[in-house]
Amino acid sequence: MTTAKEFTLAELIIAAGAQAWASDGEVLATGIGPLPRLAAGLAKLTCAPGIMMTDGEAYLVEEPIPLGPRGDYRPKLSGWMPYSRVFDNVWSGRRHAMVTPVQVDRYGQGNISALGGEFQKPKVAMLGVRGFPGNSICHKNSMFLPNHSKRTFVEGEVDVVASVGYNAKNWPEGTKPADVKLGVVITDLCVFDFNGPDHAAQVLSLHPGVTFEQVQDATGFPLLRAAGMATTAAPTEEQLAIIAKLDPHNVRATVLKGNPSGVRAA
Amino acid sequence: MNKEMDLKAVVAQLRDGMTIGFGGWGPRRKPMALVREILRSDLKDLTLVAYGGPEIGMLCASGKVKKLIYGFVSLDAMPIEPYFRKAREAGAVEVSELDEGLLLLGLQAAGHKLPFAATRVGLGSDVMKYNPDFKTVKSPYGDGEVLLAMPAIKLDVALIHVSRADRLGNTQTDGPDPFFDGLFARAADKVFVTTEVLVDRIDAEYSDKAKSQLFERCFVSGVVKAPLGAHPTASHDAYGWDMAHLKDYAASATEEGGWQRYFDQYVKGDEASYAASVGGEAKIRALPLPIF
Repeated sequence: MTTAKEFTLAELIIAAGAQAWASDGEVLATGIGPLPRLAAGLAKLTCAPGIMMTDGEAYLVEEPIPLGPRGDYRPKLSGWMPYSRVFDNVWSGRRHAMVTPVQVDRYGQGNISALGGEFQKPKVAMLGVRGFPGNSICHKNSMFLPNHSKRTFVEGEVDVVASVGYNAKNWPEGTKPADVKLGVVITDLCVFDFNGPDHAAQVLSLHPGVTFEQVQDATGFPLLRAAGMATTAAPTEEQLAIIAKLDPHNVRATVLKGNPSGVRAA
Repeated sequence: MNKEMDLKAVVAQLRDGMTIGFGGWGPRRKPMALVREILRSDLKDLTLVAYGGPEIGMLCASGKVKKLIYGFVSLDAMPIEPYFRKAREAGAVEVSELDEGLLLLGLQAAGHKLPFAATRVGLGSDVMKYNPDFKTVKSPYGDGEVLLAMPAIKLDVALIHVSRADRLGNTQTDGPDPFFDGLFARAADKVFVTTEVLVDRIDAEYSDKAKSQLFERCFVSGVVKAPLGAHPTASHDAYGWDMAHLKDYAASATEEGGWQRYFDQYVKGDEASYAASVGGEAKIRALPLPIF
């Protein structure tokens, strides 16, 4: 386990992301988008061998599928996972997804549906709520947000609550948000969660060269320092080698603007 | 018994104001030949129900839609269907935006002739806020849990594209994922399928593929032979989606008069002229299925 000297921010995020599944056991791990998908693949091959993964379409695999054109690689299928079974799995709770909302608020609620205006005539129509309401009430969800700013981590509430959180006023009488399971939130600046007092957001680790004040300035709601707040662990050479194998076309270099180094210059 | 019909005969059975569901998922296995026939008709005020792809965008672009009930409307590589986006941002259509699983449950309830399905999905989210008719129900058992009562989504008609069918209305659907075609079929008063291959008797010719039937023939009112009828969406395992064409279609959404241009260039004539306008049969059959 040799800590890498040089690594990109994307690789730091993938390595940190893999840890999200470390204590999950046998759950379906779904990473939506290149970095979460690579994080899930890295987790499967290192810290979370029990997790289940799909080929991105309708089958289960025991070896993470590399991103992009595969050449001679043929996935070996271990099971069938059409969408109907994905929903069965979601509702059973045996899943942990890592997703990328466009907005996240202090309650841990996420939005991918629409921005601004009226719901029936939004300023910007986005994806719709898709599977977020069901996912977020049934199983654990972590998040990856590539651009930590007050536009993404908003001051008030998200424009449309697609994934549920801890805002009691959004829960009908007789229901409660107590069971909502939010994992980690990984951004280009830090790793945080909503496990502070009363589900307050607390920073678990700062990426190398990032200060707490910098993160707070870029966040629309108050952050706490978690006990033992640390520097996000640099990936090891072994992790980097696995990441390179899972991403032979270097898609990870295209996710963050300018593909910056994992160690931010002071 | 012979359920064979042509596209025009199916569209002649549709009425203004109907609720129409579409099988398939995004740009996969959409009954596009029937959609184009609807585009050529004067039908209007439709309520559409789908895991939507270009069928939703095209029908919105042509002004035929009153209301959309959807889990999403996407072209996959283009995550938001361009004409759906336009219609949303113009406030041109009423919407019932659902969690993908709620759509499943609503269709299932309709197929089972139940008024609703009990679920936690949707609680705590703005699905409740923007579907103000949704109500909760309390478990009558000791747990007393409060759940969302997802109302049944009844369809007047479901339109579904299949791989093979016979004149009795038996169907088979290839591909790795059945999606929810079976639920759409069961939720509808009438189902019309378009098929890549039509035979007299599927038991005589494709007995070994009986497991690929997604719904029984009692639900099927009409069968239309429409080879290439899912283009520009994928029809497993016959051909993949036509992303170059979908990009041209998406580009039309940004042009002044773009929809009219698309309609005139591709849709206006009939299915034979459509196939020719998009490069011909050989080119469509060579479209690869996508890799993820």
